[in-house]
Amino acid sequence: MCSYVTVPADVRGSAKGPNGWFSVNGASVYFDHPFHAAFEHTLNIDFVDRDRGPDARVAVELSADSARELVRCIEAALEAAGAAAL
Amino acid sequence: MSYPEEALTAGNVMITGYNGDSINAYQATSGEAGSLPGVIVIHHLPGWDSATKEIARKFAANGYNAICPNLYYREGADVDPDDAAASARGKGGVPDEQVVGDLEGAMKALRALPNSNGKVGVIGYCSGGRQSFLTAVSLPVDAAVDCYGAFVTGTPPEGFPLKVTPLVDKTGSLGCPLLGLFGADDQFPSPEQVAELEQALKDHGKTYEFHSYEGAGHAFFASDRTSYRPEAALDGWQRIFAWYGKYLAGSEA
Repeated sequence: MCSYVTVPADVRGSAKGPNGWFSVNGASVYFDHPFHAAFEHTLNIDFVDRDRGPDARVAVELSADSARELVRCIEAALEAAGAAAL
Repeated sequence: MSYPEEALTAGNVMITGYNGDSINAYQATSGEAGSLPGVIVIHHLPGWDSATKEIARKFAANGYNAICPNLYYREGADVDPDDAAASARGKGGVPDEQVVGDLEGAMKALRALPNSNGKVGVIGYCSGGRQSFLTAVSLPVDAAVDCYGAFVTGTPPEGFPLKVTPLVDKTGSLGCPLLGLFGADDQFPSPEQVAELEQALKDHGKTYEFHSYEGAGHAFFASDRTSYRPEAALDGWQRIFAWYGKYLAGSEA
């Protein structure tokens, strides 16, 4: 299927792409066909600088299980560092 | 002895799309003699990618001219197709009006080719399947193929950021025969949604042919994906060429 669903995320930080580091001011999260990964569908995240154009993007395509594992690990890392309270 | 695939020519061209915009397109022309039909190949949501351009070459290898316009060209002329697709998606997708304008440009470009017989078909897969139906209800094309296009019928869930709307209420405007190829295991479109479209086509007395393949889901034509189902895809290709052979042959009076 083409899910068509795209969940925009308001995130801030930096990412490193083929042209080096750039500031990230947004992300798109969607579960749909991957461009590269060998799965029918993947959880895709595009970290982007919306002010710099389409090639200011770091993309990941994760299996559904991997995406859930990533969510768990992010939460665990933040919790362990006490960052959630910041 | 020579074969059509040995004489095809493929590469990028510029065409005039929606609002008079110049956009690029992948054009594959057959080297066969005589006047030939054309096919608009619509890329899927992941963009103007290699797999879709390969489909254009397949048509050229089988005696057709094909043009696949880059519907995300406005994201940047030199942007990688996957980056352009992600960018367009992040903005909510491209509006139907713009898609129709770009595909109209492809239709005119095909008819303007010196070896055109004047007949033009359209085909799309996945989101392009919906846009193939959109083309067939909007533009004077001669035959259409919808490969598992979602949201021709059915209502997208609430909160859909992409601006897709059902098209089934436009069925009365369908101006050409429609071939629909679907996977019985697909949920977008589901068998119920396919049945709803078929009923609408019957109600309006339209010429159509639908095939749903058991053991196949979405994207069964995609030979570079795990969803590929060779038996369904091979049968599907035969039906596509039979459909176009029937409705795109000859020349306009």
